[in-house]
Amino acid sequence: MESFYDWFRTLYNDTGFNFVYFYEEYERERFIRGFWLTIYLSVTCVVFSVIIGVVGAWLQGSNLKITRRIVQGYIQFFRNTPPLVQLFFFYFGLGAFTPSVDAGGYYEPIIGSFGWAVISLSFFAGAFNVEIFRSGIEAVPESTREAAEALGYNRLQAYIHVILPLAFRVCLPALNNNLVNLVKTTTLAYAIAVPELMYTANQIWSDNVNVPEMMMTLWIVYILLVGVLVWAMHRWERKMRIPGYGQ
Amino acid sequence: MIGLFRTPRPELRAIPGVTGPAQTDLPVLLPAAQLIGRKARQDRTNGFRLELKAWHGLFLFLLFLFFTGVAAAQVDNTLDKGVLATLWRWIPLIVGQGFVLNLIISFTAMALGTAAGVMLGLGQISLLPQVRGSSWFTTQLFRNSPWLVLLFCVMLLLPFEITIGDVIIRIPDWTKATIGFSLPIMANISELVRGAVQSIPSGQWEAAESLAFTRRQTLWQIILPQCVKRMIPPWMNWYAILTMATPICSIMGVQESVNLTQQALVSEDSRPELLAPFYLFLLVIFFCYCYPIARWTVSLERKFVVKL
Repeated sequence: MESFYDWFRTLYNDTGFNFVYFYEEYERERFIRGFWLTIYLSVTCVVFSVIIGVVGAWLQGSNLKITRRIVQGYIQFFRNTPPLVQLFFFYFGLGAFTPSVDAGGYYEPIIGSFGWAVISLSFFAGAFNVEIFRSGIEAVPESTREAAEALGYNRLQAYIHVILPLAFRVCLPALNNNLVNLVKTTTLAYAIAVPELMYTANQIWSDNVNVPEMMMTLWIVYILLVGVLVWAMHRWERKMRIPGYGQ
Repeated sequence: MIGLFRTPRPELRAIPGVTGPAQTDLPVLLPAAQLIGRKARQDRTNGFRLELKAWHGLFLFLLFLFFTGVAAAQVDNTLDKGVLATLWRWIPLIVGQGFVLNLIISFTAMALGTAAGVMLGLGQISLLPQVRGSSWFTTQLFRNSPWLVLLFCVMLLLPFEITIGDVIIRIPDWTKATIGFSLPIMANISELVRGAVQSIPSGQWEAAESLAFTRRQTLWQIILPQCVKRMIPPWMNWYAILTMATPICSIMGVQESVNLTQQALVSEDSRPELLAPFYLFLLVIFFCYCYPIARWTVSLERKFVVKL
């Protein structure tokens, strides 16, 4: 491994291509930390957005008109405004009103930039997920629902054990589109200084003046990340397909 | 080729409890399920549809008024310190310079992206495997990378001025941003063109062949004219998506509406009560611009609905 790292040092000395994050341990650790934070941010947002989607779709099937209205309003708000403006609105707009805690000498807001990024991006993708899950749930026949009821399931149980598994398979392709989109959107967290991959790359090229090399690395890493995700999702989609539906 | 590597019915193993082939043809799910799958595949080429309705704008406006009211209650509402008065002072800059720049960027990027995307899309249906393969690869490369990363690449790798002989041509920030935005648009339009050409029934190709049209003639005189009609609604949707995405170049310091709003807020001493009204005002402007486009897209889609 050391010789592999040293090869990049030689490359730099010979040709001037400065892939500093290979041979400088400090930069390497920084880069890897950024990479993991991107993964962490993506996974957290995916999990929360799916939870928001499932809960939202359940609330949309509620008998109370006001609940349905609120969920609808939430969906419409997040669907139709640019995610960057949402992020700014959360971080600067609402962040100004959140209380701060004493962190030894200075005051630190309870929700930091990472927290706001997770909240904002999860709500953004969650709005799409609610619609996606709702369309999937509507595709489950009424008779299946009635059969579950006849077997003594209550509304929540039928939702979890019968309707959701079927609906999930139906809406998986649409869900995948949205999740891939979400992972791409996590780069926006750069704008509020979340130290994810993009931000760390920026720090590295500011310190080492190797913009082209870092840019290329960044691009390749993101393409691989999204490419692997798309590939895995397609595989999963094929595996989860209901026989006789879709082609 | 792919069929070779597949086990006979892999999907049977995927569902717990299902051990044999289906005993009946009765549908387990409504045909709606099929529609959802089809729509998801459509979304992959057409982008997420913007479904704007008039009450969205009204709601945003009311929210804006509400936050303005809250802000006004918090501060002493003297004449030039009031929230609306402050906003009023900045509107010429934010809209007249900032938002107009957003529009210029979106127009230019769309034009560039469409021109390049149509070429790339035609490359994807080329009969030459090399052209087809490389066009496909380029399309996938730019479709799968985040917009912000592409924008960064273009903004930082393009020189800020080029020297041809004695003439020094300066490339302003927003031009580079435009090129950065046109790349993902190019890839998506390319995919759109490929999808549209493939959606034309093969009977059209065969009929043209039987009438002794060459491939080029078939493409230009028969296939593409039909594609254009189908492509207009998703193309407009991509335009709306692009317009919504233009604020991200504010991160790189292009002085468009979001960037100018931030500057305006700073020069107003970053008064916290101004934040919500200013950003909501931005949302209202973007809504006012994108709403007619979204409605028009929907109506065109209805008009051009494929009749076979």
